[in-house]
Amino acid sequence: MLNLIIILVKIAVVISIALLHVAYASYFERKVIGHMQVRMGPMEVGWHGLLQPIADGIKLLFKEDIIPANADRHVFMIAPMICFFGAMSSIVVVPFFGSFKIGAYTVGGSLADLNIGLLFILAMSSLGAYGVILSGWASNSKYAFLGSLRSSAQVISYEVAMGLSLIGVIMLSGSLNLSDIVEAQASAWPLGWYAVPQFPGFAIFCIAALAETNRTPFDLPEAESELVAGYFAEYSGFRFALFFMAEYMGMFIMAAVAVACFLGGWNPVPGLGWIFPPGVWWFLVKVYVLFFIYFWVRSTLPRYRYDQLMALGWKFMIPISLANIILTGLWKVVF
Amino acid sequence: METVAKPLETRTLTVSMGPQHPATHGVLRLVLELDGETVVECTPHVGYLHRGIEKLSEHRTYLQIIPLTDRLDYISSMSNNIGYCLAVEKLLGIEAPERAKFIRTMAGEMSRISSHLLWLATHALDIGAMTVFLYTFRERETILGLFERLCGARLTVSYPRIGGVRNDIPDQDWLDELKSFTDEFPGRIKEYETLINQNRIWIKRTKGIGVIGREEAINRGLSGATLRGSGIDYDVRKYMPYDAYDQVEFEVPVGKEGDVYDRYRCRMIELEQSNRIIRQCIDKMPSGPILAEEMKYILPAKEDVLSDMEHLIHHFVLVAEGPKAPVGELYVSTEVPKGELGFYIVSDGTGKPYRMHVRSPSFVHASVLGRLSKGHMVADVIANIGTIDIVLGECDR
Repeated sequence: MLNLIIILVKIAVVISIALLHVAYASYFERKVIGHMQVRMGPMEVGWHGLLQPIADGIKLLFKEDIIPANADRHVFMIAPMICFFGAMSSIVVVPFFGSFKIGAYTVGGSLADLNIGLLFILAMSSLGAYGVILSGWASNSKYAFLGSLRSSAQVISYEVAMGLSLIGVIMLSGSLNLSDIVEAQASAWPLGWYAVPQFPGFAIFCIAALAETNRTPFDLPEAESELVAGYFAEYSGFRFALFFMAEYMGMFIMAAVAVACFLGGWNPVPGLGWIFPPGVWWFLVKVYVLFFIYFWVRSTLPRYRYDQLMALGWKFMIPISLANIILTGLWKVVF
Repeated sequence: METVAKPLETRTLTVSMGPQHPATHGVLRLVLELDGETVVECTPHVGYLHRGIEKLSEHRTYLQIIPLTDRLDYISSMSNNIGYCLAVEKLLGIEAPERAKFIRTMAGEMSRISSHLLWLATHALDIGAMTVFLYTFRERETILGLFERLCGARLTVSYPRIGGVRNDIPDQDWLDELKSFTDEFPGRIKEYETLINQNRIWIKRTKGIGVIGREEAINRGLSGATLRGSGIDYDVRKYMPYDAYDQVEFEVPVGKEGDVYDRYRCRMIELEQSNRIIRQCIDKMPSGPILAEEMKYILPAKEDVLSDMEHLIHHFVLVAEGPKAPVGELYVSTEVPKGELGFYIVSDGTGKPYRMHVRSPSFVHASVLGRLSKGHMVADVIANIGTIDIVLGECDR
């Protein structure tokens, strides 16, 4: 019984924090990019625009839910839910902190301590591609259709590179469980971060994560200047908000995986352990540093073209991640 | 019954890009035939912003047409006004005084900078570099602010007049502010360039895209930086100088390959050169009147009208009937930011033009778009629209 309560409380806490996070990640993005572009970002609603995300959410909730006349109604309605479901369900395996004991009960750092956590995340993020392609197909709009084609092609190709880049980590840690991977890193040479011995893997993962979440410079599926808005061009109101939240949740998941697999998870940054003990704060700080880099890239780089994106994925990133796997294997055999 | 297996067939996708589309710079409509992401056929459609400016001009006196020319290329209305005023001045056989010439040259170059900044902003935004857009708007704001203090309007200035300009520079402060702008502007250009000049993605997206050969550029009648990017050294300001362009030094940048990147470089160098021209104008600015004294054609000063009978009569006639131009026809072209803007005026001896034709560079440039985009990808269409730098207000007139 107590177990069930703990699980329910954890689910409630994680989901509410995740949704609030989505709102304030968009605020963070607008502020960071605003200041990089010599402007202020949101300033009107609340102190320094702090209530802006809430206002946006309320606005989207009350907007009319428009379904185009010739759209495939059911698929059109289901597609954003698939996207959102894929993004939200990934969060159950994200390890926020190391497990600890309250009396006889162990409180795990994640909602579900799956043995195949990493695989689960990859599977769920692929599920999002269905939402994207179905939404583009069901909208009965050529722009949305082109956007969804681009997105599905992109997600599929970059998923390969992303999966391959994580294999090095799995080989070093010997586990697919994200908590175990974090634990295993503590003893890794030289900093307790896999980002150092697995540097190619880390770099590939970060680039693939940008592509996976449709961020600049890989934001072709929603390239505003080419496809207006891409696959969600026809969506309005809360269905649009679901896509929006799925995108930000996707960013969070990708950053969380990068932190767990390469940057030592909830453990302190090497040499800074005296400031705070290991815990969820370290995890969130690292995640937000990665977020900051996401935004920085967005405000700096132009956009790739479709064929260049594919060439980069297949001809550059996949060979490098394969070479990385071979080198990691040799390393494991020799040492 | 026998079923015959139909072979699978593929069809091209027809996409109507525009007239409402964020990247078509107004209301350009492109009908694209797409084979996947590749453009098989691209047909530009213009005319969505047609306001009949040429026809309207036939019912206005020469003095009343100036505000209409604002609405041609609304991003650089100053240059259009100057082009029109020069044409009418030549028709009437009058010349602006030296000071007015320098003020016009200076204002024209300011409008070139503001137009090129807007071009850079939208071109970069179309290719995905978002920050350049906001950086350039910071500088553009300064120029528009200066325009406002000069003539009261930011966009549709109507500042030049036939035979000079409407009013003198407001005060020394204004000149000082312009001077300090020209001091810091080269640094700002460096700022934009550090973002995109050496950027691998930018180079990949612009080099070898939208190539226009020398022959083709001439045959299609291109002008401005769109022509110079293809390696042809032609600039009306240099080879048929008007206003004070023969008294200032500047270089005409010329490209080599004729691709999107070369045209981008040409316009960036033009920004520097315009800045240089403005500085020279400030330094060399002569004193004297700002409007030619020719009572038959030019509105006399207000105080003269109120105190002198003859001035009053001329004022009345000019306002009621317009300046009576000699019978004839002429073509005068100037170098506006988009290219060569020409005014062809036919006069039948009344105060209104019998016919006025505007040779608008945007219209000519839009014609090359279909050829440029054929065989490229959708993303390149956007880069091509940006690189030929068209404004639909001028294209449709």
